[in-house]
Amino acid sequence: MIHSLFLINASGDIFLEKHWKSVVSRSVCDYFFEAQERATEPENVPPVIPTPHHYLISVLRHRIYFVAVIQSEVPPLFVIEFLHRVVDTFQDYFGVCTEAAIKDNVVVVYELLEEMLDNGFPLATESNILKELIKPPTILRTMVNTITGSTNVGEQLPTGQLSVVPWRRTGVKYTNNEAYFDVVEEIDAIIDKSGSTITAEIQGVIDACVKLTGMPDLTLSFMNPRLLDDVSFHPCVRFKRWEAERILSFIPPDGNFRLLSYHVSSQNLVAIPVYVKHNITFREGSSQGRFDLTLGPKQTMGKAVESVLVSSQLPRGVLNANLNPSQGAYTFDPVTKLLTWDVGKINPQKLPNLKGTMNLQAGASKPDENPTINIQFKIQQMAISGLKVNRLDMYGEKYKPFKGIKYMTKAGKFQVRTYQHFLMVQTSM
Amino acid sequence: LTSLSFSCVRNSGICSCKCVKQPQMNEDLKEMLESNKESLKLEAMKRIVGLISKGKNASELFPAVVKNVASKNIELKKLVYVYLVRYAEEQQDLALLSISTFQRALKKEQLIEVIEKLLKDKSTLVAGSVVVAFEEVCPDRIDLIHKNFRKLCNLLVDVEEWGQVVIINMLTRYARTQFTSPWREDAMFDENNEKAFYDSDSEEKKGQADVKTYIMDPDHRLLLRNTKPLLQSRNTAVVMAVAQLYWHLAPKHEVSIVTKSLVRLLRSHRYIVVAFKHCYNLLSKQGMFEPYMKSFYVRSTDSTHIKTLKLEILTNLANEANISTILREFQTYVKSQDKAFAAATIQAIGRCATNISEVTDTCLNGLVLLLSNRDESVVAESVVVIKKLLQTQPNQHSDIISHMAKLFDNITVPMARASILWLMGEYCERVPKIAPDVLRKMAKTFTVEEDIVKLQTVNLAAKLFLTNSKQTKLLTQYILNLGKYDQNYDIRDRTRFIRQLIVPSEKSSTLNKYARRILLASKPAPVLESAFKDRDRFQLGTLSHSLNIKTSGYQELSEWPAVAPDPSVRNVEVIEPVKEWAPSVGKAKQSKSEDKFYSDDEEKEENASDSSSSDDSDSSSSSSEGLVLCFCFLVVITKQAFSLQPQSYQGNHTAWSGKMQRALFFRILSHTLIYSFISAFLMSCQVTTPSFGPMKTFELLHHMTGKGLSAKYHFPRQPCLYQPSMVSVQVILTNGSDHTLEEIHVGDRSPASLHIHCFNTIGEFLTVRSVPRCRAQDTCTSVQYWHLKLFCTKEDQFSVSIQPAVGELLMPSTMTEADFCKEQKKLLGMNETSATITMTTANTSSQTINKQVLSVANVGVAPSSQNNFHRFAGRTVSSGALVLVSLELKESSSALLTINTEKSIMASMLLQDLKQALTEA
Repeated sequence: MIHSLFLINASGDIFLEKHWKSVVSRSVCDYFFEAQERATEPENVPPVIPTPHHYLISVLRHRIYFVAVIQSEVPPLFVIEFLHRVVDTFQDYFGVCTEAAIKDNVVVVYELLEEMLDNGFPLATESNILKELIKPPTILRTMVNTITGSTNVGEQLPTGQLSVVPWRRTGVKYTNNEAYFDVVEEIDAIIDKSGSTITAEIQGVIDACVKLTGMPDLTLSFMNPRLLDDVSFHPCVRFKRWEAERILSFIPPDGNFRLLSYHVSSQNLVAIPVYVKHNITFREGSSQGRFDLTLGPKQTMGKAVESVLVSSQLPRGVLNANLNPSQGAYTFDPVTKLLTWDVGKINPQKLPNLKGTMNLQAGASKPDENPTINIQFKIQQMAISGLKVNRLDMYGEKYKPFKGIKYMTKAGKFQVRTYQHFLMVQTSM
Repeated sequence: LTSLSFSCVRNSGICSCKCVKQPQMNEDLKEMLESNKESLKLEAMKRIVGLISKGKNASELFPAVVKNVASKNIELKKLVYVYLVRYAEEQQDLALLSISTFQRALKKEQLIEVIEKLLKDKSTLVAGSVVVAFEEVCPDRIDLIHKNFRKLCNLLVDVEEWGQVVIINMLTRYARTQFTSPWREDAMFDENNEKAFYDSDSEEKKGQADVKTYIMDPDHRLLLRNTKPLLQSRNTAVVMAVAQLYWHLAPKHEVSIVTKSLVRLLRSHRYIVVAFKHCYNLLSKQGMFEPYMKSFYVRSTDSTHIKTLKLEILTNLANEANISTILREFQTYVKSQDKAFAAATIQAIGRCATNISEVTDTCLNGLVLLLSNRDESVVAESVVVIKKLLQTQPNQHSDIISHMAKLFDNITVPMARASILWLMGEYCERVPKIAPDVLRKMAKTFTVEEDIVKLQTVNLAAKLFLTNSKQTKLLTQYILNLGKYDQNYDIRDRTRFIRQLIVPSEKSSTLNKYARRILLASKPAPVLESAFKDRDRFQLGTLSHSLNIKTSGYQELSEWPAVAPDPSVRNVEVIEPVKEWAPSVGKAKQSKSEDKFYSDDEEKEENASDSSSSDDSDSSSSSSEGLVLCFCFLVVITKQAFSLQPQSYQGNHTAWSGKMQRALFFRILSHTLIYSFISAFLMSCQVTTPSFGPMKTFELLHHMTGKGLSAKYHFPRQPCLYQPSMVSVQVILTNGSDHTLEEIHVGDRSPASLHIHCFNTIGEFLTVRSVPRCRAQDTCTSVQYWHLKLFCTKEDQFSVSIQPAVGELLMPSTMTEADFCKEQKKLLGMNETSATITMTTANTSSQTINKQVLSVANVGVAPSSQNNFHRFAGRTVSSGALVLVSLELKESSSALLTINTEKSIMASMLLQDLKQALTEA
């Protein structure tokens, strides 16, 4: 299965290596560097690279390439999924997954990798089990360990791993029993120049933070479960009950976990919470282009649209932009031609606007293409699909837990196209 | 010095004078490792791990590191293990004693035997790892799977996710050798027939169908049915595995079940590229992704891989109904800033145009419009695609050809120019006025053109010479002369060839006659097809499939057999487990194997407990043959099988020790390793001898009192699933009546403080069947009777009571002799109870004593250096308080039995029980 793992940073240095079987020389990464050179963008490096004796499967996250070396047939998704779990675990343990964090915690990283993969096959990838084996580093614990010489390696065999509920450790005790659920939805949409929706869909997740004593058995029901078109569950969810009653019934892991991811079918009409008025033009023969962009809320059920960030890749011919934002601040990177405008909150009374001119290279002809506009935003206390949790019940334990449910909507890949189609089909069909 | 070495670890970049510093630093590390302070050793090991992670050589520290293998500090030990695994192979010469005996013993045949044995295990924990081992060691021994096929199918949902992937892939291969093709009917029956046949979901209906009808093997159906829920897995590899299983095994129309989940994979931001490649196969034929067409619309932020793959998919999805939507979408892509992508889109438009005749004209017009695009690569690509499109419809479009001729001057991309020239030549008779003029222009620029353009110019000249020699004779001769002296030999060759072919002379009379037929033969239209074609030769979802090359270790998927092999090989006969000490469990198993569907959670629990008890017997029997060797095997074969053992050993292994053994034993398989390591590890890992005593079963409810329902119970001595502080009690219910009993559950209990995790209500209880039910009870060390009410059919209710034997409220504990004595010294005075007993001399052998003590109390045997001293250690399950039992044999068959524990009531009761057991024996 997985022989070795190399971590490579953005500047192409191998800063960590780990071998589970025999040692593979790091020169194997040369093939990766070759592919990296050929790729125009960092994310364009092919995920699977064959070399004479090995195969390299990589993922790029947090600007670090995680390159797994394998020697024989294995499903690539198997390796990729595992690499992502490694990244998730690092993030879980160190808060961030950066080169510095990994280097600072190299011992914990090694201990983790040792547990997660045994002789090349994934073993303990469940965060709850790992945390029982290796306690996450905290400032306090590091200090205590230094002084007392104790360790952050757990002494007990994780009891959960052997039971029928491997995701939950036994003997959990809390003074405050709490269960929080976050319903987070992301809208992926493409809007055309005239403002009509070309495609829009909603991906949602329910992330949970459950801190309950003992072995609670929870059921979560929805007001409108029919909305959920396609779902994938944490292994704790009883699939049969979902099939039969559309109820989520589960013994939760301890702590943070993703209970459910779902998709709201594209057949349903998706409400688009923001609209964009734009006028981006270049004139033939002129070395200037006009830029005018206004954002406004739409179908937000009275909730505020926050953390709005607009970004757009301007045409290559644009030298610089001289713009004037009505609120927030904008930046234009003359090298990458990336325009970003940090808008903040949208005030429906005074709509945010960014207006001004773009300077083109002298003598260059009018750019062929108009840019697409990418928008990020957040809306608190609302799930845009209309999904509502009906109730949460607990069985198997006697105490009364504190329950909380939070909704949030975010922009996923939300793009507005500013260009017109050239008339090809419309004329003849 | 310390800070110096530390900075070296942190910033390898600084170590430019490494060769000077390194020995010094290693000396420093060596000193630290040899010091007496644990903290220093730990610090040293941390730095060494830092070195390893940077790929630095730390092998010279091997001897110093090895010494710390028996350290008490867990973290230190773990780091030593990390080090050993890294260097054991390279440092074989440092090995103190090679263990070639192990190597000799580890033959493949034996391995297969062990795999076979482990495949039979019913635990979900083992299944995944065994199949991994199977795939690595003996993937061809498909016969080993027969008997386990149904079990694997049924366990699949509960296996850990990584194991699921391996099992599903293996079962796909298995199914292709054992079942007949469900696809052949598609050819044999017409649409309606097939529909009626397949519409029924249940097997029964299918069985009733026409005799000729293909009937799916129930096992084939079982596999399909049991993998389906896994499409909902959060693990993409699992979803992909199920998708490929359906693709390779399911009847064609059922494959569409996987669509939704696959679209989910494609949407998830992270896995997309590889997943796309795999899905491509699924897309091409079925049209099943059509409803999800818009999911494949390209976003400007997508990476180039994804853009091209999405484009491929959209092109494949295109049909008469949706083509206008797709073309409209394609138009926006042509404007993309990513020119390579724009070019790919133009090719895609070309493919749509050839595939769907209704839009050919529309596409052609659109492409012609693109000829006036400002971007050269777009224009060039359009020309190439137009050329191909025109070839498919040679009878029209002379206007397009003349339009292209007009644009010719402005086009500089060689491939595009060559394409236009070719078009001119091929259809010169349709543009009789323009073609010679183009040739005239080319004659002027011939010398500065690219080779590919020169070749096409020669080509054009030859064709015009044949059709219109009056106008072009001189021009042709001029071009042929230029070509004759060209620097490129290919062009010189071609020129010579053309000259001989077309210019009449004495020598070349025969060929000359056919010149026209050779040069102006009607050419077959090119087929515009995807670069992703022909990937179906590999199993979907594999590395080979993704790279489209056969990778090492790839297992071919066989074709369906024409006639299915005997399906009865998968029938499982009932095996009576040989367990002299647990007759009740054996009985229960026998009856249970009849219904093997783990339909509810509860039965799963039973199963887990069952299998672990069967594991007990395995390991105990093999331990007599050689504990180490057996471990070796178990460990090599299955990681989790090992982690299961601590469970039967009452869970007092620490994680790292199990882990250490696992990996180190794995090493033994391929390399020589130091024998002393193993003994050190075995010691340090404190492998407890499990307390296997004969198990006593007690009556709970007689069938006379229970109106047919009888119940027995025993203490299985396993750690409780629900809470470690509970004691499991296994209750076996038997329905001896002739009617069905309903709603059996546990009612009121006393004392009220008793915590019971009962079995769930048993809905219906058929006649004459035993079902073991596991139950766990918190004892709070109370040793009074537990009174319960067992309900049956709501009307009847029976009061029963369980007498908790005090010895069962313990769990074994491991300690060395020294530790034992140390702990014993802490528990003197009030905490010590002792009695002198008389034993017959025949019973003073240590074996008999161990057996007797273990039958009464669930304690572990502690080592003893003196022959007349026997020590046992345990902890109470509820509070973990130590219970130490020691037996000192004295002369004239008298012995001193001592119990040291804080729990004084318990001590006296235990003393009583032990006294009885030992004197009786």
